[in-house]
Amino acid sequence: MIVRIMGEGQLDLTDADLELLNDFDGKIEDAIEKNDEATFRRALHDLLDRVRKDSKPLPPDSLEPSQFILPHADATMDEVRAMLGDEGLIPDVR
Amino acid sequence: MSVFQRLSMVFKSKANKALDAVEDPRETLDYSYQKQLELLQKVRRGVADVATSRKRVELQIQQLEQQSGKLENQGRAALQQGREDLAREALTRRSGLASQIDGLKQQHESLQQEEQKLTLAAQRLQAKVDAFRTKKETIKATYTAAQAQTQISEAFSGISEEMGDVGMAVQRAEDKTSEMQARAGAVDELLASGALDDVTGTAKDDIQAELDRMASTTGVEAELEKMKRELEPGGGSSAPQQIEGGNSTRQGQGEGA
Repeated sequence: MIVRIMGEGQLDLTDADLELLNDFDGKIEDAIEKNDEATFRRALHDLLDRVRKDSKPLPPDSLEPSQFILPHADATMDEVRAMLGDEGLIPDVR
Repeated sequence: MSVFQRLSMVFKSKANKALDAVEDPRETLDYSYQKQLELLQKVRRGVADVATSRKRVELQIQQLEQQSGKLENQGRAALQQGREDLAREALTRRSGLASQIDGLKQQHESLQQEEQKLTLAAQRLQAKVDAFRTKKETIKATYTAAQAQTQISEAFSGISEEMGDVGMAVQRAEDKTSEMQARAGAVDELLASGALDDVTGTAKDDIQAELDRMASTTGVEAELEKMKRELEPGGGSSAPQQIEGGNSTRQGQGEGA
């Protein structure tokens, strides 16, 4: 499974403990729903640390899309919400 | 659905929208490649802008550190002349500068990190753009429009995701740089207004002016004391005639001391 950490590049998470990652993921979703910035930040950092530890970087010339995209470490909840919006922050690439 | 799967879907839908908009997806390849090259240029400009900001902050740190050293010397000089009040003022200003310097050092570190991130992003994007160019030529040469669809989608998803990510990284760097520039501008204004003293050394700050004045009045005071002593022992008749107005013997109070 390929994931991207925004601003850091793509990683192969094939051998990772997905149960554990799902647990972090759940905490992050929960924090966003409750609008709890501190919990969101802590859970995001824990998740990113774990992903970096359990994965292998993809070759830079790979053109594979990622199954998951994780926000960069400094991302705030508002930024993540904006990314998920219709127009979001992502520029058109055509 | 997980937040991160949703994020991935947002990226993918952008790419799909772009592909759906054209009759023959092969046309998209060249257009997209041009966009990729433009983005690469933009990232490189971003790196240069961040580097410029970083150098500006470095220069300001140097200026403020110079000023801090100068205030310390002034404090010492004031104490040597028995002016504790002036020494305290100099050291108070110096401690104000210390917090400015700390703030600038933090900004400097943050800009350095941003510069490094963008440099790496440019390298990653360059590698993907090169891979995309190779694939694009293969697809154009080998496939019909119908056959090309899947191939193009795959290549396009990968590169467009990278472009989306890098585009946002550039935006973040720009935001950070303009924020830093605003703060750097505020420090420049402080330097220019003399609130922190002009470190070019052309203008004198008030503490230095006071020290200089004290040095020059010391000589005047000594001279006055000498005159007073000469006039005291019944020598009032020999008071200088050229001094106009008032009491000719009341010359001992040096104004502005």
